[in-house]
This record gives sequence, C-alpha cells and structure tokens, in this order.
Amino acid sequence: MAVVVPVAHASLLDRLRRFNYAPLLALLVLVAISAVMSEPFRSVGNALNILRQASYFGIVALGMTFVIIGGGIDLSVGSMLALVGYVAIWALNSMTGGIGPEASQAWPVVAAAVAAVALGAALGLANGLAIAVGRIAPFIVTLGTLAIFRSMALYLADAGELRSVNAVYGDMGASRILGVPTPIWVFIGLAVLLDLLLHRTRYGRHVCAVGSSERVAQFSAVAVHKVRTLTYVIAGATVAVSAVFWSARTNSINSTNFGQGEELNAIAAVIIGGTPINGGRGSVWGTVVGAVMLQIINNMLNMMSVSPYLQGTVKGLVIIVAALIQRRL
Amino acid sequence: MTGVLVQAENIGKEFSSVWVLRGLSVEVRTGEILGIIGENGAGKSTFMKILSGIYTPSAGRLLVDGQEVSIRSAEDAKRLGIRLIPQEFNLVPDLSVYENVFLGNELRTRAGLLDRRAMIRRTAEVLASLEVQVAPDARIDTLNVAQKQMVEIAKALAFDARLLIMDEPTTVLTRHEIGLLFDRMRALRARGVTLIYVSHKLREVKEITDRVMVLRDGAFVCLEPTEALPIDEMARRMVGRELSQVFPEKQTGAGDVALRVHGLTVPGVLQGVSFDLRRGEILGFAGLGGSGRTEVAETILGVRRPSAGTIEVEGRPVRIHSPRDAVRAGIGYLSEDRQGSGILTQHSLVANVSLVSIRKYLRGGLIALRRERAAAAAYVQQFGIRTAGLHARLESLSGGNQQKVSLAKTLDPGPRILIVDEPTRGVDIGAKRDIYRFVHQLADDGVSIVLISSELEEVLGMCSRVLVMRAGRLVAELTGEHLSEEEIMFHATGVKETA
Repeated sequence: MAVVVPVAHASLLDRLRRFNYAPLLALLVLVAISAVMSEPFRSVGNALNILRQASYFGIVALGMTFVIIGGGIDLSVGSMLALVGYVAIWALNSMTGGIGPEASQAWPVVAAAVAAVALGAALGLANGLAIAVGRIAPFIVTLGTLAIFRSMALYLADAGELRSVNAVYGDMGASRILGVPTPIWVFIGLAVLLDLLLHRTRYGRHVCAVGSSERVAQFSAVAVHKVRTLTYVIAGATVAVSAVFWSARTNSINSTNFGQGEELNAIAAVIIGGTPINGGRGSVWGTVVGAVMLQIINNMLNMMSVSPYLQGTVKGLVIIVAALIQRRL
Repeated sequence: MTGVLVQAENIGKEFSSVWVLRGLSVEVRTGEILGIIGENGAGKSTFMKILSGIYTPSAGRLLVDGQEVSIRSAEDAKRLGIRLIPQEFNLVPDLSVYENVFLGNELRTRAGLLDRRAMIRRTAEVLASLEVQVAPDARIDTLNVAQKQMVEIAKALAFDARLLIMDEPTTVLTRHEIGLLFDRMRALRARGVTLIYVSHKLREVKEITDRVMVLRDGAFVCLEPTEALPIDEMARRMVGRELSQVFPEKQTGAGDVALRVHGLTVPGVLQGVSFDLRRGEILGFAGLGGSGRTEVAETILGVRRPSAGTIEVEGRPVRIHSPRDAVRAGIGYLSEDRQGSGILTQHSLVANVSLVSIRKYLRGGLIALRRERAAAAAYVQQFGIRTAGLHARLESLSGGNQQKVSLAKTLDPGPRILIVDEPTRGVDIGAKRDIYRFVHQLADDGVSIVLISSELEEVLGMCSRVLVMRAGRLVAELTGEHLSEEEIMFHATGVKETA
C-alpha cells in the first residue's frame, strides 16, 4: 500500500483526489433540480440576479474563509457592514457638498470607497489584536464588537437611514460591465486574488499552519500573532468592499437593518464550501460555491412562494447537512 | 507462586501487514511482579495494550484463570480485573480525586443522584490502604505527579483490580517517590495483586520485579527470574547485538565553538546553564524527564524567556525572542513532541517539509510548487520515507516516517546548529538506525548538534561528550572513560554529587 514516491510531479489522480469536488457537485445538483422545477429559474436575468445577491455576502464570506482557516471566527461582520457603510456614505456626502453638477462627481465616490476599506481594515485590526495579543477567544471578542459596531452605527445615524447625495454612487451600485453586474466581477476578482493568496503564498501557508496547530506553527518560526491578526484585517477589508457595493445598490444605508444577520450567511457559505469550522485548511472557491448555493436556495424558496419565515429553517438544515456530509468524506 | 493468572498463547499483532508482535507465549503468575523490558518498538506496549483491551490480537489466544477470554475493550479488561496505568495520566484535572476514581462508574443513591458520601468513603479507604496522604475531595490539579500516580493506582484498586499493568511509572518521579511507589507495589503483591512493570530503567526493574521478560523487535527473547539476570545481561538481551551495529562510528569533531550558552536561567526551570558546542560535534544531553533538557532547547529557541544568560552563535552574541529569530540565527530544532509541536499531521508531506523554509521556494511572492515538490521528493528518497504520495496527509504515515518528515522540515532551512530532542522516540529500530546515520552525516558535514535523549544507549552510542542535567542544572560533563550508563544515572538521580 505504501510506496516510495520518487517522482517530482503530482499525478492527475493525486490532484483529483485533493480537489474537494463535493461542494461543486452539490451546486450542480442544486442548479439541475432548480432548473427542472422552475421555469423562471432558467433565465439569464435570474442567474445574474442570484449571482449579484450572492456577491454581497459572498465577498464578506471570502474574508471569513481566512479567519476560519486561521482557527478563528468573526461574528462582527454584519454590524461592521452597517458601521462601515454608514461612514462611507457620510464621508461621500461631506466630500460631495452641494447638489447639481457637483453631485455627479466621481472622485468623492473613489475617496469614500478607499476610506471605507481603510476603516474596515482598522476595525478588523482591532478584532485581531484583541484576539491575538489580548489572547481572548475570537468568539468573545467579535461577539463584543458585534454589539459595539452596531451600536455605533445606530448612534451615528440616530437609528435612522442615510441617503447618498452623490448620483455616481447609485449609478455604481447598478452598474454593469459586459452586461454583468459589477459586484459579481468584484466577487470573482477577489476570489481569484484570495485563492492565490491562500494557496500560493507564504502568508497563505502560514494561515493554514496557525489554524492547524498554533504550537507547531510557533515552533516552525511562524509569526503566529501577526498571521492571525491579519486574517481579521482581511475580513474587515472585504466587509468594507461589500458595504460599499451593497449600500450603493440602494444608494442609502439603514443603520438598523443593514448587514443584520449577514455574519451567519457568511459563515454558512464558508462551511457549505467545505472549509472545516476548526480551520487548518479550506477553499476560497468552495466559499464562492457555498454563497451561490445559499442564494439559489433563497431564490427557489421565493419562487415557490414558500413562506419567508420558513427560509431560515431550510438554510439551517442545509448548513447542518453540509457539515454532516463533509464529516463523512 | 500459586497459580497462573493470565496465559498468552502465540499472541501476535499485525498493522497493515507489519507484525509488531509475533508468537508471544507467556504465563503471568498470580501475585508476582513481572518486568517487561525491550527497546522502543520491541512490542512491550503492544502486549500491554492487548492485555488491557485497547488492541485486539491478530493471532493467538488469551486465557485468564484458565478460561479463554476475548478482551475487546477497556471495559472487558476491567471486568476481568485488568487495569492499565498509562504513562500519560488519564485524570481530569478539574475534577476531584474521588470523582476521577469513579469517573464513568459513579455510585448513585436510590433516587438516582450521585452518592458522594459513599464514593468519598470508598476513595478514602483505597487511599488509606495505599498509605497515601491525599484528601479524596482534593482537585487533581492541586496534586503533584507522585500523588497523581497514586490516584491512578487507587482508580484501579477501587474496582478490585487483580492485574495492574504499569507503563513506565517512574519516569516523572524522584528517587524518594520511586522508593515509596515500590513499597506500595510490594504491599499490593503481598495482598495477591499481580503487577506487570514495563520500564526502560533496568536498575528499577532489577530492584522491584520477580521475573523479567525481554522482547526484541516484536518477538520473545527470554523470561527469567530477576535474580538470574544481571543488569548488563538485560541490556545485552534487549539490544541483541553489539551497539556498533546500530550506531555509526563516533564523532571526535572538535572545531571552533559554534554555540556558546552562558548562565541561562529561567526562574523555577533552569539555573545557570552554561555550555559550549563545537562545530561538527554531537553533544549529548542526558537526565531524567523533567530535569530541564527540553527547557534548555526551548529557551535557546526563544519559546521561554530567560531572566539571565547569553547565547553566542559562532562567536557573535544573538538575541532570540522567538523561534523565528532562532531560525534566522541558523538554529534548527527537532521537537520531542512530534505531533504537539513538530509537524502538522493534517497537512501534506510537501507542506510540512517547506513549512519553515517556504521563503526558499518563493518566486515573485508566489510559491514555486514544482520546486517545492521536488525538494520534498528529494527528502523522501534521501531518508527513505514510506508514504502513499507527496500530498498524503502525515497522519497516514507511521511514527518513524513522520519523524523523518519532521527532520526534513527542520533541515530544509539549512541550520548550522541543530538541536534534536528525543529524535527516535516512538520509532521502530529501522528508522532509528536511519536517523542516527543522518544525524551523524550532518555532523560530518559540519553541522553542530545537541542530542537530547532519555535513552542512555543512544546518548552513549552517538556522543563522545555528555552533559547531565538534574533539577534545572547541569550537574556533570562526562567524557572518555567516565562516559557510562552508570555514571550518567548516578548524576541524573543525584546519587553522586560532582559538578
């Protein structure tokens, strides 16, 4: 059974075996079933709609993938969406200043987006430092910041809504490139980048090592604290990207609802995508598949006019079944 | 010697077509203390695990009181009165002594609630019969090692164990505590309890056992009354060959000083540890478990913070605050705790080999996967690592092969100073010989090596200079004619006081 392998290249079989095809297979089955069951599901417009909606929380889930592989969890991303989204629009409005031609300048949108990403990264850094340096359990820290970020958003917005005064913002939210909504491109682009980061860089290897065994990583000259903290920074940055495109879609932000419960969608996408909750390894593309699957399920339930109150039940079952299947594999 | 308690007939155990124990037939007599000795991989622990239901034998049969039995679980063993006291204690630190004693077998009142009073009373009785001064309701984590050892024994006796199997029970005990343990063991024997005593420490085996069984490479060698077997004869039968066949020619290497450690102190752990390591030397570190050998390594690596002391690498003082600094200073460490701090068992062979040295494989920030794989394949070939593939997870490899991967990981960054800590723990004799050869080859190539080992034979076979530690201090430096098993043990146990 055991053989000495002198060859320096991985065989095709080896590669196939390593490729975690289960989530992709599940997605194909889900698409097939949906296509058979529902006529409107089969339209291109519906497909793009599903992908666009999956992109918003899917982008957050990409960052969450790193956090989970690194052995952590981030419950604060939903609240962070609201806080960052609010600050983005507030910054945008204060830079835009006035109405008329000034309200259609593009540079404030760019500046606001950059500011948002910086803020997201900074909030992630705060999470990461508390966890890695403060040595507090990730669950506890991010449970705390979940409350803090939401409360700050509510306070700043006076629990209300903030509308963007810059017309370019809304245009960006509705924009398409080659007929495909921009957020989908961003989602895919980030997935390509982060997949490369995870599998082809030193940092990616270190994230897996830290998530697999902190002690082994430490003895192997890995800067454990830095690596772990950075996973939360990545998560914060992806939250900011999502917050910008998502709030641009509605051209406004509601401090009470925006991002509410999205941490669960993001975590669910990661788990369905085959990344074990205990970390140590995982897949960025799996997370993409997971996010799309979640959104298809929502879409189908809507089209089959299942009560929206029952959608959570279905989603919950899918998560548990996905985890169950992965344990067997 | 009244009768036979356990009889093994032609017992064997096979793991993926490797027989780790073959055709063992032995009678364990009621009320005796039977010693089992042998090197790592000799089959001692396999036999223990078969008796205590952790393994089921692949061949042969077992009789208890003349009846054929099949012991398929620890529960089965317990029902027959057989209890294993493992080397690593199996106690829940947050629970009290009596809760541990009755864990899984809690006594209940008629109302179905825990009968604390009865459990405490029974625990107190057992502890008293062992003459142990421990309160039944003391929490385990407030006890010292010797007391924990006694709680393990109490746990077995509370359920009328007839056969106690003790695996290396004295590893963490002081000389005084060992004496007390032996008194208890003799008292148990007087009560008709049978004991199997498995140990590497031949002197203790000589002292406490009635008969000794020697195993080698999974096979029976001999079973003799202890008084008929002098210690050196035990050792000879364990090894079964001259040491020169296992160990390569000794190193004499005396180049410049590669590593100079001076006055290294970690409060409560190390006390003023100073030594020089010369280029191409293999310097042995001997001592009992807990004497501070691994702690010296961890302090040099920057895992522990010294309160005083300096480290010089090739004449230059270095400050090491973390293993990253150590790697940068050219120091590599092969961990004693392979799975705990050495390798990632869930990860592939390739990812493990390049874990420390990943920088070497970067091309424009990205890992050159082909080069990384080629490097791993080269180690597989060089070390003769048996694996299903380069991307196989390490958990599927045997201990010896995992250890070789761990060594490859340590060597890939190209360290000039190498600290190997228990390099052959839990590996079979073949892998052992390989590892000795590699370490020797490295020294030949000018790498300076610190060899930390509990196996005296290994230290004696590999090193021409040995430092002995006891209680966080270096207590002796032995060379030439003073370099013997006895001399090391004298210093390690504190029988002989010379610095």
